[in-house]
Amino acid sequence: MKDETNNDANTKVPMRDELKKRVIKGPDGFEFEVDPLRDYYCEEAPKEHPPIYVKIVEDFFNWARSESLWILGFGTGCGAIEMRPLMTPRFDAYRYGIQWRPTPRQANLLIISGYLSVKTLKRAIRAYEQMQSPKYVMGLGSCTINGGMYFDSYNTIKRLDEYMPVDLYIAGCMPRPEALLKGFEDLKKIIRSGKAEGANHYAEHFERYKENQKKVILDWDMPDYNW
Amino acid sequence: MEFEWIKIPYALLTLFIVLNYGLLMTAVIRKMGARAGRRYGIRFYQNYIDLIKNYSMRSKIMHGYMFYLGPVLRLTGGIGLLLFVPTIFGSEMWSNFSFSGDLILALYFVFFGTLGMALGAGESGHPFAAIGVSRGLSQVTAAELPFAIAVFTVALQYQTLSFTEIVAAQQGGFLNWTLFTNPFAVVAAMIAFLGMMMRSPFDVVLAPQEIPIGPPTEYHSAYLALMQTNRNILPIAKIVVYMNLFFGGAGSWPEFMLKAFLLYLFSALVGVVFPRFRVEQSIRFFLIWGLPVAIIGLLWV
Amino acid sequence: MQNLFNRLKAHFPLGEITEQRENLAFITVERAQLRALLLHMRDIEGYTHLVLLTAVDWIEDGQLQLTYLLNNRAEARDVGLRVLLGRDGTVMDSIHDIWPTAETYQRELREMFGIDFPGSPRVNDDFALEGWVDIPPYRRDFDTLAFSEKNFTHRDGRETRDPRQHMKQKLYPDGGA
Repeated sequence: MKDETNNDANTKVPMRDELKKRVIKGPDGFEFEVDPLRDYYCEEAPKEHPPIYVKIVEDFFNWARSESLWILGFGTGCGAIEMRPLMTPRFDAYRYGIQWRPTPRQANLLIISGYLSVKTLKRAIRAYEQMQSPKYVMGLGSCTINGGMYFDSYNTIKRLDEYMPVDLYIAGCMPRPEALLKGFEDLKKIIRSGKAEGANHYAEHFERYKENQKKVILDWDMPDYNW
Repeated sequence: MEFEWIKIPYALLTLFIVLNYGLLMTAVIRKMGARAGRRYGIRFYQNYIDLIKNYSMRSKIMHGYMFYLGPVLRLTGGIGLLLFVPTIFGSEMWSNFSFSGDLILALYFVFFGTLGMALGAGESGHPFAAIGVSRGLSQVTAAELPFAIAVFTVALQYQTLSFTEIVAAQQGGFLNWTLFTNPFAVVAAMIAFLGMMMRSPFDVVLAPQEIPIGPPTEYHSAYLALMQTNRNILPIAKIVVYMNLFFGGAGSWPEFMLKAFLLYLFSALVGVVFPRFRVEQSIRFFLIWGLPVAIIGLLWV
Repeated sequence: MQNLFNRLKAHFPLGEITEQRENLAFITVERAQLRALLLHMRDIEGYTHLVLLTAVDWIEDGQLQLTYLLNNRAEARDVGLRVLLGRDGTVMDSIHDIWPTAETYQRELREMFGIDFPGSPRVNDDFALEGWVDIPPYRRDFDTLAFSEKNFTHRDGRETRDPRQHMKQKLYPDGGA
């Protein structure tokens, strides 16, 4: 796992000064070298976590995972407004076991709601890589499928599954909350059948995903794998 | 005194009953809150599913040994508090490991879990977790103060440090409860109870919307599951302490369940009405309202 | 509005006025007069609110036009001042000392149109695009569809339909009136 692609001829955007490797003088005059992108992260690639238990146990775990979906509370686009009614008494997603969690460490479903601009893609990748396996991604709206109404925009991505593995798309611009609830039901079926192994797919094809991501995100100033 | 090995399975059975009771009761209270808000609310068994899901997560990030020990210590605090306090009075089978002098031990264990998690959360390296730790500890310390004074009041009143004897002194009818013989101590302790339950209005440390600035920020998968298990045991253990000290103890399991439910409901009722306090407001609240009442109770005895 | 124009013409050399409504007019000014005119409008005429500072790309004339839209709150009238600049290496004086909010507009114009405002605080920061290395995207010689096709992978099978024809066919399948 190398970080060579930072600052070489491919990325034409120079890295910010505070992220470069340099020598700092501490408050008591002690000089030390610091490399922000490497100091706090390690260089491992993502590991695959295949299901290891007996089939019955894995089925039981998949059932539990499907009945308790914790969504990361990150509204990436205009679809976030369709997620808010789900918390209200009319559509009540809590009775399906769905909760919104504020930190990616505790969430296991990332909903990309709506168009995903390149700026947000960088943050969404970071959030996705910080989630623990098994994790799922759902694309909400037509913009994640083929670009939607922003198909000719210079700043949004057109296909979500070039950049992260997607388990389910919900079409619409924006889909109504009822459509979202039906989407959650379908996602539960996919999880229960054991086919929602997006995290392992990501780890397996990590180089390809990373290459796609770096092609659009030209100012890459993160480690390659933000675990 | 010799150690009776028969107590261990009974203690584990108590733990099992309390764990299930906690899981179901918290779900019921949340469902009641949801019904009050004209929603259907979560399912009864949702807590079980959340626990199973978190325990079955396949990957973990460990930030160090203290990070791993944080939830372990917290769970130890919860289980310890439960096991050293007699759950059902008068029953050889269910009095766990209580002995004379266990009042002080109960006071210690109430605080032990918070300290453990504070250390663990600090190790996680997340800057917001450190903020949350300082806030949480200061709030719990301020809440402990009226509680400790009320406990000493009760100990002075009954001239004993053993739970069993305190409960024994409250038997024989309603009016023998500490609630009626020493109301000031009970009022102070109930104010502290709200703080220690970690529900609204004092849940700024643990509420999901506030998590990014709280101790559980970096905790995930099995660590979070441990903390959630504790979150269901510890309130019941604290309620057991309260029951034994102030409300006459429980003579049988149904009575225990009823009293625990009512006490938890009291904190829930207060919780759904009030919005969250900031930490300095809650510290001020405890010191201004809780402390003088407790001191009056102390002087009265 | 004509009164205002006559009053201003007494002090400054102005271009033509385009009156769009009774309370909205656009005046073309030279770049050299702009600052004095803005101060005059703000302090003496009472147009104290800068509504927006935006740009229009007249690629056929080879010009960029900056529009400073001012609003008089007391009389509820808007006046837009148009300044015409060249399209290459456009540099304009900053007005952030007259209205501090102009700083954000100037940052946007620098990123989206390429008009530089030297002296404006933080004008070189990114406004909405991060890591942008192409020409400023709001210019009319930037082909956004070609850029998007070249840089992003598209999914096959996308169709675009004309809404009018589509609804006509759907509602009247036999082609009736």
